Amino acid sequence: MWEQIRANKRNSILLLMLMAAVLGLLGWIIGMSVSPDPQAGIFGVVVALVIWFVLALVSFSSGDAIFLAASKAMPVTKDVHPQLFNVVEEMAIAAQLPVPKVYIINDPAPNAFATGRSPQSASLAVTAGLLGKLNRDELQGVVGHEMSHILHRDILFVTVAGVMLGAITLISQVFLRSMFYSSMGSGRRYSSRGRNAGGAQAILLLIAIICAILAPIMATLLYFALSRRREYLADAGSARLTRYPEGLANALEKISQNTVPLAVANKVTAPMYIVNPLQQEGMKLSDLTSTHPPISERIKILRGMSGASFADYSDAFNKTTSRTTPIPSSALKDETVQIRSSVQQSPASAKNQHRNIGDIMQRTSGYRFVDCSCGLKLKIPPNYKTDKVQCPRCGQVLPIS
Amino acid sequence: MIGIIILVSLVIVVAIIGMYNSLVRLRNQVDNAWSQIDVQLKRRHDLIPNLIETVKGYMQHERGTLEAVTNARSQAMGAKSVVESAKAEGVLGRALSKFLLTVEAYPDLKANQNFLALQEELSSTENKISFSRQAYNDQVLFFNNKTQMFPSNIIASMFNFAKRDFFEIEDSVEKAVPKVSFGN
Repeated sequence: MWEQIRANKRNSILLLMLMAAVLGLLGWIIGMSVSPDPQAGIFGVVVALVIWFVLALVSFSSGDAIFLAASKAMPVTKDVHPQLFNVVEEMAIAAQLPVPKVYIINDPAPNAFATGRSPQSASLAVTAGLLGKLNRDELQGVVGHEMSHILHRDILFVTVAGVMLGAITLISQVFLRSMFYSSMGSGRRYSSRGRNAGGAQAILLLIAIICAILAPIMATLLYFALSRRREYLADAGSARLTRYPEGLANALEKISQNTVPLAVANKVTAPMYIVNPLQQEGMKLSDLTSTHPPISERIKILRGMSGASFADYSDAFNKTTSRTTPIPSSALKDETVQIRSSVQQSPASAKNQHRNIGDIMQRTSGYRFVDCSCGLKLKIPPNYKTDKVQCPRCGQVLPIS
Repeated sequence: MIGIIILVSLVIVVAIIGMYNSLVRLRNQVDNAWSQIDVQLKRRHDLIPNLIETVKGYMQHERGTLEAVTNARSQAMGAKSVVESAKAEGVLGRALSKFLLTVEAYPDLKANQNFLALQEELSSTENKISFSRQAYNDQVLFFNNKTQMFPSNIIASMFNFAKRDFFEIEDSVEKAVPKVSFGN
């Protein structure tokens, strides 16, 4: 396990350096295309590296806060959803990590993500839709997957890489747009001034445009390729922590049947979630740029496991796909983890599921619930200040706890 | 010559200090892992009286099952050593799983919010016990290996580092972890 974590840390630094190089190159090309003087190129590199440094600093110090705020995640206490807290505590014990901070996103689309700088300062966010749709075993599978991201130190990497990717995309967008406008305006007049100088600059300009288009694409591809491998690893980790791969498989199946897109997700935050919040299953064309492996494949691998260890996941992976296993060889040590039996649960009806999701969302936003003896459930809004309420059906006065 | 003797004895002293310290560290880790289990076992013992109180009214005909749980609980609470505790907790686990199976026959009980909340807490505690048990046994294995392997076994016997017991609950019990139902 330790070799795996170390490899992840090394990759994180490597990617950071690569991002710096891409950003620097982009800066140099943009500088050179503005003016052929080599000093302009150096100036461009310096500006790009300063931007990179500031971004790295920001993503290290408050990347998790940015992502949580961007996803409208709200910190919650145990009484909002006791089962979620219990499951998170269980997985923290299984992974031998401190219990992360728990957030709920008030959105009916089922999804979850983890973020943070280190396991000591990690945060875990799930949507209200996830809590309403999944049973205990399935929720445990999802939380186990997120806990594995924390355990493997994926969270810092994804947070930092996400901020960097966002920046590269933004810079090249700004550049492309300014090029577009200048060519429409005065650009044509300047380039026709001298034939030779204009020709050299035109070539540089062309390279600049190509690079500005390619850089974000390359960065995205790399980022996504890495995050797919991380997803497989986290699935394997979840199976090992929960000792019940079927739980995560069922959860993924339920999540993939969802048709509501997650409103708070975007291109940069997408790789953080357990299931890509932007794409629907079956879009083969975008497989190359997909942040997540196809869900059907992930489910098939999990269901093909004969035990719950990393080696079992690796075997199931080889059986399902013809590719090489994403599990590092150091994790494939002799270890037998038996699959535990399931918790018997009767499935909730669709109507109850909707009601559950609504209740969770209201509770997250500070509503309190009072059960009246006549069977009515009173929902008290957060701005209701008195500590007593009268039941509208039977007229009883009830205390609000 | 004297210089070499001093150097050699210095190296030996440093090695002994190093081995001693790593034994202490491992023993502390075992103790820490045990306290993690202990917290969960205490929680389990605390939940049972509330659970019995809640179900008493519903389960008049299951007095035997309820008594078995109560007795197993007091046995488990009186356990002194790790081995004793593991044995008593095994009995308690079996009694609880039998009790939770009988609950299936009482639909009224399964609709009781208070009972459902307690059941959730109980099944979470069961999970936490089994997950922290894994961590504890791993630590014990590390520590015992260190106390038995040369050369640290010399230091271990000199300073009385006794080998620790695993927290083993019989396999049959493990598989029969209370099956809990969460009907809506």
